[in-house]
Amino acid sequence: MKKPRFDLWSVFWAVAALLYFFVPLYGTFDFSLRMKKGEISLQAYQLVFSDPQFLRSFQYSTIMGIISVTISILIFVPTVYWLYLKLPKARPFVEIVTILPFVIPVIVYVYGINTAFGGAPLRLTSNTFTTDILMVGGYVVLSMPYMFRAIDVGMRTIDVRTLTEAAQSMGAGWAQILFNVIFPNLRIAILSGSLICFATVIGELILGDFLLRPALGPYMAAVGRDKAFEPAALAIISYALTWASLGLIQAISHGGTSQQQLTGR
Amino acid sequence: MTQTIAQSAAVPAKRGVLESLTKSNWIGLVPFFAFIFFFLVLPSTNLLMRSFQDFDGNFTLANYAVMKNPYVIKAYSISLRVSVITSLVGGVFGFFVAYAITLGNTPRWMRNFLMTFSGLAANFGGVPLAFSYIATLGRTGFMTAVLKSICYTNAAGVQVCPFNPYDNGFNLYSIGGLVLAYTYFQFPLMVLTITPALEGLKKDWREASANLGASPFQYWRDVALPILWPSILGATLLLFGSAFGAYATAYALTGGSIYLITILISQQIRGDVLNNPYEGYALAVGMVIIMGITILAYTILQRQTARWLKS
Repeated sequence: MKKPRFDLWSVFWAVAALLYFFVPLYGTFDFSLRMKKGEISLQAYQLVFSDPQFLRSFQYSTIMGIISVTISILIFVPTVYWLYLKLPKARPFVEIVTILPFVIPVIVYVYGINTAFGGAPLRLTSNTFTTDILMVGGYVVLSMPYMFRAIDVGMRTIDVRTLTEAAQSMGAGWAQILFNVIFPNLRIAILSGSLICFATVIGELILGDFLLRPALGPYMAAVGRDKAFEPAALAIISYALTWASLGLIQAISHGGTSQQQLTGR
Repeated sequence: MTQTIAQSAAVPAKRGVLESLTKSNWIGLVPFFAFIFFFLVLPSTNLLMRSFQDFDGNFTLANYAVMKNPYVIKAYSISLRVSVITSLVGGVFGFFVAYAITLGNTPRWMRNFLMTFSGLAANFGGVPLAFSYIATLGRTGFMTAVLKSICYTNAAGVQVCPFNPYDNGFNLYSIGGLVLAYTYFQFPLMVLTITPALEGLKKDWREASANLGASPFQYWRDVALPILWPSILGATLLLFGSAFGAYATAYALTGGSIYLITILISQQIRGDVLNNPYEGYALAVGMVIIMGITILAYTILQRQTARWLKS
């Protein structure tokens, strides 16, 4: 059967989509190079990277990202493991709880955090350490739908019961089962969940802005108010960061499915 | 990543949750529920309860009278308008793109590329998105400069530049600009949510209707669209929700001059613009109710889709 090679209608929409993706990207890139009049230069980037404010907020967000990822993993891997091993019937319920952050807009969520913990008697927002705890909790909540989903999909591909029984029959305790058997088997799922969680933290504006912590999001918003070319450079840097993490997920989840499981089934 | 909700919603709820929870094996879920209680239940019930309290802590419904405040009505209506427009624009655009890369005959590299890019762009929003639109379509932006430079000399010898967007009533820092910016993550979101449904359309159906003498138009009108309808509606609702809850892009793009409901709430948090914190809580609860209905309807529609995709 002979078909025309490509149908124009479809190619038209595909090209339109490609243009929609790339024109703003290219426009931003081009704009970010034009800080010096009449020549192409990297001055906007130099200014961004030499701004101590940028380095400080970048460092802050990176540390918050690492802490949030760690806590998120420590909460969700054991929870999902337990769901699969002991309480499969509770899984749909837990799943619904994990998509609640889609229902509560971030601005409303931070409002809730502020009213619940900011005022008397807790006053947790009055010192930086407890505020940072709230920030981490918030980041974990915001990335929860993705983290739960990633771990859930990973857990589905391994035979939790057999692995657990095998480990138990060799005398492993719960901690050993989790850290030496379940974690290594889930490493790709954990990695992809972690990258999404990390990308969420790096790009988040509202939590840092309203809890008054020096995160990258509020820094970028402030630069956008006063400067012309640096924001474009920041946008490119942020594109690169987010897309590196998300692209990495796509790469590992495509290439890595065959090695997902070390043992079992 | 938005497939996430799409797929998770597809799992039907099973009975017996409480029954199994009463056994001793709920212990393993304690850390999770403790976390959820502290960081999700406490903040949200706090807002909810306070929205029904007056200054002395007594029960009242008076706070909800804030919905009659003209500023609040305006903010809700602008938010609804922006969300409806972007979900329709993004939905239609995304549907055609999804069609092009699933059923349509497009080069393979384009399909792979668009699929990967949709996954990336659907998650791209916030401040950087606003920055790139300012750099591209702002008054001195890249595309503005390109369009401005298309000039010719007319019969009267005057230089005319007919494509300068800012001479034609375009303004990036307006609702139109916001719609353009939101579309950047809206249509990829549509591509991601609708692609599984389009892939699930069976070839047999098309062939069967062709055998019975149906034109492609009749096939779409009488077979494909009725089947796809719940998926399309569900995906559009998801788009609506994502626009309705968005804040950062609008804030960074317009500095708060477009009076969205999220902007109003942010001003209320910063400085109690309503002059009554309790009315602010009612405002926030109103938003959660709209989001809740949207996501619930989306979940129900998605379940219907999951049913025929499985069959």
